[in-house]
Amino acid sequence: MKHHLILRVVTKMLIPSILLFALYVQFHGDFGPGGGFQAGVIFAAAFILYAIVFGLETARRVMPTWLLQSLIATGLILYAGVGFVGMFLGGNYLNYTVLTGHAHSGQHIGLLLIELGVGITVSTVMIAIYFSFASRTPRMGDEDW
Amino acid sequence: MEFILGHYNYWVVIFLMMAGLYVVVARGNLVKKIVGLNIFQVSVFLLYISMGKVAGGTAPILVDEPVVYSNPLPHVLILTAIVVGVATTALGLALVVRIRESYGTIEEDEIQVANAADDLLEENRP
Amino acid sequence: MLLTFLGMTAFAIIHTHHLFAVVMMSGVFSLLSAGLLVMLDAVDVAFTEAAVGAGISTVLMLGTLTLTARREKVSKRANWVPLIVVCVTGAALIYGTLDMPLFGDPNAPSMTHVMPEYIEGTEHIFQIPNVVTAVLGSYRGYDTLGETAVVFTAGIGVILLLGAVGGRKRDARDENESGEGS
Repeated sequence: MKHHLILRVVTKMLIPSILLFALYVQFHGDFGPGGGFQAGVIFAAAFILYAIVFGLETARRVMPTWLLQSLIATGLILYAGVGFVGMFLGGNYLNYTVLTGHAHSGQHIGLLLIELGVGITVSTVMIAIYFSFASRTPRMGDEDW
Repeated sequence: MEFILGHYNYWVVIFLMMAGLYVVVARGNLVKKIVGLNIFQVSVFLLYISMGKVAGGTAPILVDEPVVYSNPLPHVLILTAIVVGVATTALGLALVVRIRESYGTIEEDEIQVANAADDLLEENRP
Repeated sequence: MLLTFLGMTAFAIIHTHHLFAVVMMSGVFSLLSAGLLVMLDAVDVAFTEAAVGAGISTVLMLGTLTLTARREKVSKRANWVPLIVVCVTGAALIYGTLDMPLFGDPNAPSMTHVMPEYIEGTEHIFQIPNVVTAVLGSYRGYDTLGETAVVFTAGIGVILLLGAVGGRKRDARDENESGEGS
């Protein structure tokens, strides 16, 4: 992709906006359409775009394997951990009201942490799936198009 | 007449579902089967969401003045279903890539022929 | 109108043999259905469907196409058995929808059973404006935990199937060659 100058320049300008939009959707899930899944997919789309235009090796340097593997598990542990914290503080599993003692703020904090966990897991799983697909060398040339 | 207008949405969605099912059953190419499965899933989602719509309602985000909200429970279930659907699609495509590397083809009848030949080879081995 | 476009796209997917065009049309199908979902007041679902269906699904299918074939083989076998099966199933489903409530009915049983309690609780106890997120995270939190576990498992499954995410593809290819040769 070294000769696609327009693609490289436009991608460099677009990727920060995509990442910022993903963060916006993640943290405004309580107040408008959005939430963990949508934000995770948009975040992964930014990284996949980077990998498509700039090459897989460059993308692997930005997002190394050990980081991907730890983040895939971290999101799920965060979600389950919020439930366990609720249990240790005296309520049922995944009860958010006991996190701060007040129903309104407890729900907000609980939902924020949960959506963060979901967003992290979904985005890193999508990036890892794309890297797995793209690291297989194609076994056929272009004669079958 | 009102009966037909009230149920017309469901019938069109069922037609789309059957189109997707036809692609899964009647075509031999594995990638096309996965695309047909995708069509089937999306039309099932449309069916459930159209069951949850209230005439004159609005999106289920709370605002101050009293309005009628569309039913948010199907939205929640379908959100989960969409994510599960993309997970199964990704796994299915990974399996197709491995099948291609192992058999050299992704047409279903050629794979069955190769499987039958392998079985015969296994039986004839002493 | 949108439903007509959806029908035409589905018909085109059935009859096209060039797989690249089929994948592109499935992306178009997802996008049209996202528009339809917005008209049905499901903004969260439309958001997710557009991002996932027209984004991730299309990219993964194109990735698969570069690793497999590009055209579908035209088969000569008779197609009337699947057609009969599909027609019988469609007729059974249509018979099942005959006593469903009309489209847009506010007194349908799906609206009056549990939803007023959820909307009331979200409005007064939680005060979270997005009802869908509140129900997803708090009233039905276990389902979302299970769904995250499903995504996790799918990611692990793909990594297991397609070789390591890191750079061990040379070992995988050698293993594959020796497996096919024996």
